[in-house]
Amino acid sequence: MWTVFCEPWAGRVTKQTPVNLPSVSVEIDIAHVARLARLDLSEEDLDTYGRQCQELLEHVARIQAIDTTGISSTSHPLPLTNRFREDEVTTESGLGRQDVLDQAPDTEGPYFRVPPALEED
Amino acid sequence: MSWEAVIGLETHVELSTESKMFCGCPARFESEPNTNVCPVCLGLPGALPVPNREAINRIMRIGLALNCSITRQPVFHRKNYFYADLPKNYQISQFDLPVCVDGFLEVGGTDPGRVGIERVHQEEDTGKSTHMGGDGRISGAEYSLLDFNRSGVPLVEIVTRPDLRSAAQARAYGQELKLLVEALGVSDARLEEGSIRFDANVSVRSGPEAPLGTKVEIKNMNSFRSLERAVTYEIGRQTHLLSQEGTVVMETRHWDEEAGATRGGRVKEGSSDYRYFPDPDLVPMEIDPAWESHIRASLPELPAARRTRYEQMGVDPTMAATLVAGESGLAGLFEEAVNLGAGPSQAANWVTGEVVAALRKASINSVTETGLTGSALAELLEMIGQGKLSGSAAREVLTGVIAGEGGSGQVAAARDLIQISDTEMLAEVIEEVLAAHPDEFSRLQGGEQKLVGFLVGQVMRRTRGKADPKLAGALIAERSSAR
Amino acid sequence: MSIPSIVEAARALREGSITSVGLARQVLYRIAMVEAQLHAFLTVDTDGLMAGAEEADQAFAEGRDIGPLQGIPIALKDNLTTRNLETTAGSKILSGYVPPYDATVVKRLRQAGALIVGKTNLDEFAMGSSTENSAFGPTRNPWNTDRVPGGSSGGSAAAVAAGMSLGGLGSDTGGSIRQPASLCGVVGVKPTYGTVSRYGLIAFASSLDQIGPITHTVADAVLLLEVIGAPDPLDSTSYPHEMEPVGARLGRGLEGIRVGVASQLGGAEAVEPDVEAAFFQMVSAMERAGATTLEVDLPSTEQGLSAYYLIAPAECSANLARFDGVRYGLRVNGDTTEQMMSRSRADGFGPEVTRRVLLGTFALSAGYHEAFYGQAQKVRTLIREDLARAYRQCDVLVSPTSPTTAFRLGDRTDNPLAMYMSDVLTIPSNLAGHPAANIPIGLDRHDLPIGFQVMAPALEEALMFQVASAVEELAGFDTTVPFDPSHGLRGGVR
Repeated sequence: MWTVFCEPWAGRVTKQTPVNLPSVSVEIDIAHVARLARLDLSEEDLDTYGRQCQELLEHVARIQAIDTTGISSTSHPLPLTNRFREDEVTTESGLGRQDVLDQAPDTEGPYFRVPPALEED
Repeated sequence: MSWEAVIGLETHVELSTESKMFCGCPARFESEPNTNVCPVCLGLPGALPVPNREAINRIMRIGLALNCSITRQPVFHRKNYFYADLPKNYQISQFDLPVCVDGFLEVGGTDPGRVGIERVHQEEDTGKSTHMGGDGRISGAEYSLLDFNRSGVPLVEIVTRPDLRSAAQARAYGQELKLLVEALGVSDARLEEGSIRFDANVSVRSGPEAPLGTKVEIKNMNSFRSLERAVTYEIGRQTHLLSQEGTVVMETRHWDEEAGATRGGRVKEGSSDYRYFPDPDLVPMEIDPAWESHIRASLPELPAARRTRYEQMGVDPTMAATLVAGESGLAGLFEEAVNLGAGPSQAANWVTGEVVAALRKASINSVTETGLTGSALAELLEMIGQGKLSGSAAREVLTGVIAGEGGSGQVAAARDLIQISDTEMLAEVIEEVLAAHPDEFSRLQGGEQKLVGFLVGQVMRRTRGKADPKLAGALIAERSSAR
Repeated sequence: MSIPSIVEAARALREGSITSVGLARQVLYRIAMVEAQLHAFLTVDTDGLMAGAEEADQAFAEGRDIGPLQGIPIALKDNLTTRNLETTAGSKILSGYVPPYDATVVKRLRQAGALIVGKTNLDEFAMGSSTENSAFGPTRNPWNTDRVPGGSSGGSAAAVAAGMSLGGLGSDTGGSIRQPASLCGVVGVKPTYGTVSRYGLIAFASSLDQIGPITHTVADAVLLLEVIGAPDPLDSTSYPHEMEPVGARLGRGLEGIRVGVASQLGGAEAVEPDVEAAFFQMVSAMERAGATTLEVDLPSTEQGLSAYYLIAPAECSANLARFDGVRYGLRVNGDTTEQMMSRSRADGFGPEVTRRVLLGTFALSAGYHEAFYGQAQKVRTLIREDLARAYRQCDVLVSPTSPTTAFRLGDRTDNPLAMYMSDVLTIPSNLAGHPAANIPIGLDRHDLPIGFQVMAPALEEALMFQVASAVEELAGFDTTVPFDPSHGLRGGVR
């Protein structure tokens, strides 16, 4: 079943018909998603992004039709396990306070400063 | 209707490792704000986490001590939520594959029982927010200040099953867990410093068979007393609501120590959506049986086992509990004295009674800071047994030993506290007393038994208090009946 | 005056026939000539480069040789953090951000003596295939300035192609090194996941991102990779073991090499005729040079694009959460922390980033997690299994790198899906974590470069480079961009 080709190669490769997986309809509450992602978007923007995300998701959602029973998921490309550091204080990567606060939009004394929180999480 | 409370506890324990969970910053030292930080725990762009092996060793110690199973391939997940003191706006935590699952803790107290442990998982701590302006509480604050020194300190979360039924049980569980964590040496376990923190999930239902009620999470309890009070208050609040045919709202409430009440925050819209997924910056862990047995073999004697051992030695259960719960030096003192021959019951009695009282009086926190050793205590108890010290003399010797004046014998001698318990010596003194009080002696011989006390008093006067009064009384009684 | 390759320059510097200062001036001269047309850089560190070059010459004069890149100017994609040198990731949210630390690869380059020319343009947070998504304006293709350079490492590819640097580093999440290298006619390599530390790479999708070289020659890519590729205790996903030196098999030719052509990749519907023709000519040439060729079936790769566009946005939605206006970067004020964060992020992120963050947030959210993210990670396993099966039959896989040559600016900006199709041939290597390289092999009818992709199993860089350098030799492609000093670069924009 492995076809070995002699030259010329051009045109000899089997054209594959893309597998037609059924499209899937997806409901997105885009305002809720934007709130979860902390994105303060205008109604108009929400509309546009909602539509685009919908289209993209309906395209990619076709993978739901693929049979993956018994297939484990890949979360890491190399089969590595147990990568640890020993419990030692390393100062070389530590930062001086000026380094830390230099880039901050707002500070007070040695602290970063932010507007008040609404609720404790 | 008889209402029943259903309580589960979530406990966060900060591990006392040298370095943080995912970077080499110091985890232990109190420092100036924002100085124990690096790109990793500050969430700078491009920084990556590398897990601390010792933290995993320690969570396994906790899990094994709580009779949990160890997961062979636990996974770190990202728990996504935005908060200003959470630098990456996700917390590296664990979701469906925590390091330890399915254990239990035996809890004593007035209502003893076994509390199921659902899971024990590893995560990282957040920074600290200080809310400024207003009344210092989160609502009404004008702005917040952030310090990230605590960010990334290893944190272990221990989640019980909803097995607790009363505030007292919740407190007993909390106290037992704290003892366990201390015995394991994995955390400072100080409530007031936040290195051990309790959150309670409380619901109330109409009876043991009824479906579970709506649960409310209570936070911000920083002593066992406030844990008990907060749970009591919340059970009362919910019971009251339900008896009035009201409804309990699913929410997080904060314990207000001064007001003695829980306060609701803003009601959350639905439950949080943390969008957990395996952290792609970390590779899976693989805990093989060898690693697990290595940790298991290193576990110290746990509080429950120690209590049982003390009881088997003949120590009263309450005292055994006090010894195990007390400052660790006291139990050490007890064990050392017993090893040197002291009677366990008497030693326990002395350690939990006189020693604690003497330390308190001298305002000393730990017995290890004093001159009192197990051998000094054993010697003291031996002298009492031999009748060489009276009760008050023994207390005085103890004070001297604690003050560093030397061993018990040395202090007793230096302070001239040793009793005359030599029969011949005492008999001589008694003859002198009888000769000086012939009248009283003949009345005693006539049956007036109370005169023994008077004559013993005279013996004590002549010996300036150093005679053993018991022995003197016995000798006088013997002399009066032997005509 | 042509710009030498890194290998040539390194030799000439040691022979004393050129100086590092001369090299730096040459590079800066090129920048002065064409950068205004191309906009390949976000930051050019002229002072740092000249100071470094003087130091390097001093070192050579004193006989000190600290490493193979001593005195060689290198350009860095602006998502690699550089201590005291602005790093923006092409985003408004990081405009003006000066990192307090160097990425591991930057440290390694400096330790090997390399000089940093500057920071190159990219699609914001590396999300894009044309460098049009940069918050600071697009980069143009040096072969034709009406065209995009590809992306997201379009700045590095254009800078190297136009001789504004001898080599560059990019990052590749779904093709972001190989596709712009293909469109700009240079060599670009995505190494095996984990073989180059990601510490200091501003993350887009952590399980896919990999840093790699962009150069004029395969030998240059080998040299750069030898410098940057090593285990790093600061990246726990980095491969901790020794591997075969990546250049070990250079020059061994193609005799006995089994070359697989995936029907799904080589003959994909969207491949332009000129690209397809050039590709198959090269496959034939490889056969003539002693390789065995065979067709392999990779049925699951069809779904790679879908899996990728679920996994990458999901990971990015969490990776980009840290940009919140609290500790660094842009802040737009608000009455509450939440409002401040939401405004800062909405204002700081461009449309493509916003779209992917929304997409990823949704794909991970309650009720959809398993159907989208969970399923995508399983499809990823299927793709790995496909490739593993293929590699039992062949040693390397080949395909065109990009289905098309450089397209016009603006052509695909309104159609995200069409833009995403640019990566259809490069994505499988990212999903599997395998190494892959682009080698320029010719020009199409519009005189735009065509790229050839060589893919190899994980950790088989030495084999990949053996084949890549043979392809380079067979193609004999001159990577020099046509440049008329009186008219500048070809294209409509001046």
